Amino acid sequence: MAEAGAGSAPDDYPSIDPTSFDVLICGTGLPESVLAAACAAAGKTVLHVDPNPFYGSLYSSLPLPSLSTFLSPDPSTPPSPASTSDDSHAVVGLDRRSIYSEVETSGDPPEPSRRYTVDLVGPRVLYCADEAVDILLRSGGSHHVEFKSVEGGSLLYWEGNLYPVPDSRQAIFKDATLKVTEKNVLFRFFKLVQAHIAAASTAGDVAGEGDASAKIPEEDLDLPFIEYLKKQQLSPKMRAVVLYAIAMANYDQDGIDSCEKLLTTREGIQTIALYSSSIGRFANAEGAFIYPMYGHGELPQAFCRCAAVKGALYVLRMPVAAALMDEEKKNFIGARLASGQDIMCRQLILDPSYKIPTLDVPCDGSDSDLPRKIARGICIISKSVKLDSSNVLVVFPPKSLEEQQVAAIRVLQLSSNLAVCPPGMFMAYLSTPCADGSTGKQCIKKAIDVLFSPQASDGSEGHSETTSESSDDVKPTLIWSCVYVQEITQGTSGSLLSCPVPDENLDYRNILESTKKLFADICPNEEFLPKKSAPVHADDDSDSAE
Amino acid sequence: MHGRPRRPAKPEDEGAAAAKAAKLRDLQAQVLHNHHSRTYTKEALGLSFKLLEINPEAYTAWNYRKLAFQQNLRDLADPEAIKSAVDDELRVVEVALRQNPKSYGAWYHRKWLLNQKLAPVDFKREFGLLDKLLKVDARNFHGWNYRRFLARFLGVPDEEELKYTMDKISDNFSNYSAWHNRSILLSNLLMQQNKGFESKQKIFSEEFELVIQALFTDPSDQSGWFYHLWLLAQTSTPEKPRLIASWPSNGAKLSSSFVRAKVEQNTLSSIWCYSLQERIVPIVLYFDEPVKGLNPSSVKLRSDLVFAKDIHWRPLSVTDSGYSNCWATQLEIANEWNGLHQFSVEVSIPCSDDIVSRSGSHYNCPVHFSFSIELMNCGDTAEDIDLFHDPISWDCLEPFQPHGIYNSISSDQLKTSSELVQEDSKWHLERLSDEIELFRELPDENSKFLKLTLVRLLRACAAIKSRGRSLAERKGYCEEALALLSDLIHLDPSHKRYYEDEQSLVLMDQLTCNMETFMKHCSIQVQLNSAPMSHVQLCRLSLTRIGFPERLLWVQVLDLSHNSLRSVEGLEACQQLVCLNVSNNQISNFTALESLMKIISLKVLDLSFNNIGAHSIDTTRYICSSPFSHKIEACEAFEGCQQKEINVEDYWEAILFFKSANLT
Repeated sequence: MAEAGAGSAPDDYPSIDPTSFDVLICGTGLPESVLAAACAAAGKTVLHVDPNPFYGSLYSSLPLPSLSTFLSPDPSTPPSPASTSDDSHAVVGLDRRSIYSEVETSGDPPEPSRRYTVDLVGPRVLYCADEAVDILLRSGGSHHVEFKSVEGGSLLYWEGNLYPVPDSRQAIFKDATLKVTEKNVLFRFFKLVQAHIAAASTAGDVAGEGDASAKIPEEDLDLPFIEYLKKQQLSPKMRAVVLYAIAMANYDQDGIDSCEKLLTTREGIQTIALYSSSIGRFANAEGAFIYPMYGHGELPQAFCRCAAVKGALYVLRMPVAAALMDEEKKNFIGARLASGQDIMCRQLILDPSYKIPTLDVPCDGSDSDLPRKIARGICIISKSVKLDSSNVLVVFPPKSLEEQQVAAIRVLQLSSNLAVCPPGMFMAYLSTPCADGSTGKQCIKKAIDVLFSPQASDGSEGHSETTSESSDDVKPTLIWSCVYVQEITQGTSGSLLSCPVPDENLDYRNILESTKKLFADICPNEEFLPKKSAPVHADDDSDSAE
Repeated sequence: MHGRPRRPAKPEDEGAAAAKAAKLRDLQAQVLHNHHSRTYTKEALGLSFKLLEINPEAYTAWNYRKLAFQQNLRDLADPEAIKSAVDDELRVVEVALRQNPKSYGAWYHRKWLLNQKLAPVDFKREFGLLDKLLKVDARNFHGWNYRRFLARFLGVPDEEELKYTMDKISDNFSNYSAWHNRSILLSNLLMQQNKGFESKQKIFSEEFELVIQALFTDPSDQSGWFYHLWLLAQTSTPEKPRLIASWPSNGAKLSSSFVRAKVEQNTLSSIWCYSLQERIVPIVLYFDEPVKGLNPSSVKLRSDLVFAKDIHWRPLSVTDSGYSNCWATQLEIANEWNGLHQFSVEVSIPCSDDIVSRSGSHYNCPVHFSFSIELMNCGDTAEDIDLFHDPISWDCLEPFQPHGIYNSISSDQLKTSSELVQEDSKWHLERLSDEIELFRELPDENSKFLKLTLVRLLRACAAIKSRGRSLAERKGYCEEALALLSDLIHLDPSHKRYYEDEQSLVLMDQLTCNMETFMKHCSIQVQLNSAPMSHVQLCRLSLTRIGFPERLLWVQVLDLSHNSLRSVEGLEACQQLVCLNVSNNQISNFTALESLMKIISLKVLDLSFNNIGAHSIDTTRYICSSPFSHKIEACEAFEGCQQKEINVEDYWEAILFFKSANLT
């Protein structure tokens, strides 16, 4: 699909014609790709380049053998820009940086290792009623990607054991681990929230006076969510279920000191509303979450295709070597590609692997006084953590593993039905936000130890057979793992836009939110991916999920 | 379809509806014409198909198709051709069901086709169709009926169908049909004692566990409560009918004479029996559930008395079903003797195939009891007993003096029955107690289902406790049930009368469950020149109905005034009743008094201050059978009917009623 960029050697860079675009985007991560599609749909001319020979940048899915080079790239510097300085503009060299550190792998990658596809953004899923899904449907990107549901639901780690997360009436009914009184309290709470959501949604249409009583009072909505849950008499375990497994809070809501991000009832209920509207949105999707087949790298590609349909020009293996500024060094007016060609543009957008030249660029990242980090883990395991389920989420609430665990650890297990690994094998992604990389990594490792058993030292073969008699109780064997730390930087706006990196959340909501803001900066008067931008044959919702 | 709101019709739909109606009328006329002319050609059948496609409720079209099918079948010999004819018909049904999945005619047509047994049934197709339909609406009872039909037709084991109900309940437990089918299948499996279903206790424990998960998850969903009610009924009702009371009781001594001195000295040793003067001894047997089949061979009598007539047992019930809790007979004594003589009567009911309950269980707890009768020769009656020398005064204001003599009225009317407490009632009790504990924990949701279920559990528990005799606990259960019922009256006023009736039952249970409390309401009434009468006063208790009549079999004077009685049903068991006061109650018609016609000994009835005639039309008349449809036994004369409140225009009814009762 790439219109250009077939050259095999870096010297064979194609020359691009025309040389002036409305928007020049470097990097094909999800925010960049969405921007490309949105700009193209808004009628802008778009040049989209990527230094890599594949799509996705920091949002891509890689074959397992390519992972280590991606995480720890050669320190070799990119070809320095040819210093053919023009009088009309100043050239500012762009340096690239790696946002990954402390990469640590263990075990040998199983063969054929190319059949394993690893996400760089894992663990990550989409809510069925997610905005990301809406955007895919609106833009027609849904024709290029297929989803399957995370049918095994969620598990909660609580006091040393894994419990199913009761997230619906039927799930509460079927749950064998809950006491009947807990069931009653939990479902009563769900009903309360559902009534509130229903009342809140009808209040928009008509000034519904009858429904107003079903709403949760304003003063409760401003309460920290945890206080509200206590008020509803939810037991600590039930609170953990609601906070960390359904409302998807990441940070400890219980601590006094570490209330970095205390969820309010309003926010909590918003997520629950999304969660419950996700269940049953697609008749063939089980549960609230879906995952793109072949990995998350498919999503940026799908948006790139949408952009290409609307006329955006794509060039892969094409790094941007330098940015071009006007004479006063106030505004970016273009970029010099690695080929040496200068491309002029009104808006330059870079993926976050480029260091933003700080000179003259106002730094509005004032909130990031301490660098935030995420510890991530990728594992290959031999068996599912949950019997008879292939794709499962697991959450370790804060402090459930150890005192130092300040945030929830999220785990997503994927099976071969998503075409990310050979049959019989499973991929597991873990992540937790942290202030300090080593503590974060320690938490991830601890979670890995809890979930999986290490491979027998005397060789792996025959391990599963010998324990067949109690195979239900045996933990999955860890075959290969990689734990690393990723930095989080914010997207910045201005005359040079930098897109956000994959964040600590399980979904794309925050990333898309900041992407929409960036789009509003570029095209202040344009609708973000309006419905009419979709090709006409985008008829039915149901085909977006398998 | 369930849980989907109806859309109001749009004006533009009207035109379409009119066009559809015209087309339908046209089709209907053509099909009817073909039907009359017995035209069974392909084109004619096509027309009927078109009609059914639009309106699957066209019964005539279905019948026409049946006739056509049978007619055309005669020309077919090739099994393949027959099969394709059957398939065609099946397809027509499927098309009709797509239009209306609840079409009776279509479902019936399908069953009829299968029952013809013309072609092997493709059960995969049938169950596939059902799965599809039940996915659309899991509560479509036509679907469930057809499923039961198929399962029987194809011999699908009940175990598998049970699993299917579980699948559906797992999908959504708010499914009346699935729970209902489960109760049917379990009853069958338990009855047939299939493998894994030998222990009723084990199965029911598991079922209770299951349904409780649903009840606690969403107490506002009714389907689970219904299933729980079924389980509770299975757990608390007796499996086999048992005799729970009799008159005379075991060891009783009946007498037609009395000595005043003895009464005053509290040493009355024998029961005065009014009818003995006429040499008649009534025997009343009271079972814990309605039975039929009592006859001289199923109930054996041994006595040194000679009876004038053959013994004939009759059910004491206002219905004609032949089943009754209460059975009575009258022994007419034909012996000749001199002076005082004592006779004994022995009654025994062996295991009997004659005596069966409604559910078909045979009587198999043999009982045996005996009593004695002291008779004076009529010639030399020492005292002339004039029972009604003075009209009995019902002075309610006069403080009731409980009388201490109760050795003659034993609370345990029938010792034998309490010895027959079945072992498994222990399990029942444990099960019920667990349930009570559990439901008490369910936070008060103002859920009427919860409260009503708790009441039922408490009552079932109290009933079992009555056999186990832990009185304090039992009273506690009654208190709790009464409180819950008054909550329910406020919570659910539309069912107020039901709750009041239940309250009355609990109250009567509480008052009569042991002799100590009961005695506060009992006395032996002694009046000048009259016989001592066992007197029970249950006034001002807000009773709306009579409960536990088996504990009142011996009562001779009963004061139920100043209650809220709407009927006196149940009193027919009190064959000793001579005086009854039901004044100041809510009785609104004579039908409600029907039971009294069965009491042969009744002499005095006070009906004043009731609502008889308050409504000009007696609605219950149309529901209950009229008193005149019964054969009325020769009743004794009534005396002192003080009907002060009866409207004049209603007199004709009263006159008719009492005429049949031989009013003097």
